[in-house]
Amino acid sequence: MDDDKVLEQAEAWLSEGRKVALATVVKTWGSAPRPAGSQFAINDAGAFVGSVSGGCIEGAVAAEAKESMKDGKVRKLSFGVTNEQAWEVGLACGGQIEVFVEPVAWEPVQ
Amino acid sequence: MKLATLKALTAARAQGREIAVATRLADGEERLIDLTEPPCDDLEGLAVRMAARDDSAPVELMGETWFINVFNPPVALVVVGAVHIAQPLSRMAAALGWAVTVIDPRTAFASEARFPGVTLTHDWPDEAIAKVAPTTRTAVVTLTHDPKLDDPALQAALKSRAFFIGSLGSKKTHAARLARLEAAGFNEETLSRIRGPVGLNINARSPAEIAVSIVGQIVETLRAGSK
Repeated sequence: MDDDKVLEQAEAWLSEGRKVALATVVKTWGSAPRPAGSQFAINDAGAFVGSVSGGCIEGAVAAEAKESMKDGKVRKLSFGVTNEQAWEVGLACGGQIEVFVEPVAWEPVQ
Repeated sequence: MKLATLKALTAARAQGREIAVATRLADGEERLIDLTEPPCDDLEGLAVRMAARDDSAPVELMGETWFINVFNPPVALVVVGAVHIAQPLSRMAAALGWAVTVIDPRTAFASEARFPGVTLTHDWPDEAIAKVAPTTRTAVVTLTHDPKLDDPALQAALKSRAFFIGSLGSKKTHAARLARLEAAGFNEETLSRIRGPVGLNINARSPAEIAVSIVGQIVETLRAGSK
């Protein structure tokens, strides 16, 4: 699977009848492993492609992404040294990351 | 993201068209921005400027935060000379997602068997490069050491907006190359665009190692402005 083809993979999953959510790095401070714009897609079977960090927050993002598939709502997640969750998810690099999570092919819910 | 937005994005990427998507972070409202069209409002103007820097970032507009995600076409790498180094070089470039074209009029060199899946052309290098029409997302590297092939390629590349021009060959070979190009009418400033001998100095010896040094120098140049 080509890691740069996140959107293409998302489209392929949708055409197979899967539910899909997309996570995008929207802001970073300090030494974040992936720049803004980096994307990660996951389907309802748990398969994923791409990354939003060096692997440290993908698990937490995946859990939120699955929730967004269920409720159809977007989410803005923050990970970093000031956030207690940083220790839980192991973002040890000293950076902060803001990630936007959205269900794909669902109309945004107001 | 709406299905229509996703499909428009993947279609644009398949065609190598520059495109951006702006997402309002409060509610996920989104707008597709065609970067090849003149901007119609502030959001589109910001997207065009960010695309020039190959940058994606959040912007504040009328009290709202929008995230502009820029999808530039991949870097195009044009390799002149289907020599041994060109084989690992084109494989590494493909791994980086770059679109590779290998130019060599010698059909025994530029063969499908030696370069599976790579775009090959047997035109003379100056014509071949004119056809590729290098943009600010294009790198041109000459590898033949043969002035008959390298020189016309370099002349064509110097007339283009390619962000990287590199030429393989020893310092002595490169000095002779520069002297020929100067005689052909290129001034010193223009010739300073050529990285020669091409590649970062990492004591590379094997063809694959030399390819690493070339790829590394292209990345260094591509990202020079993004610290």
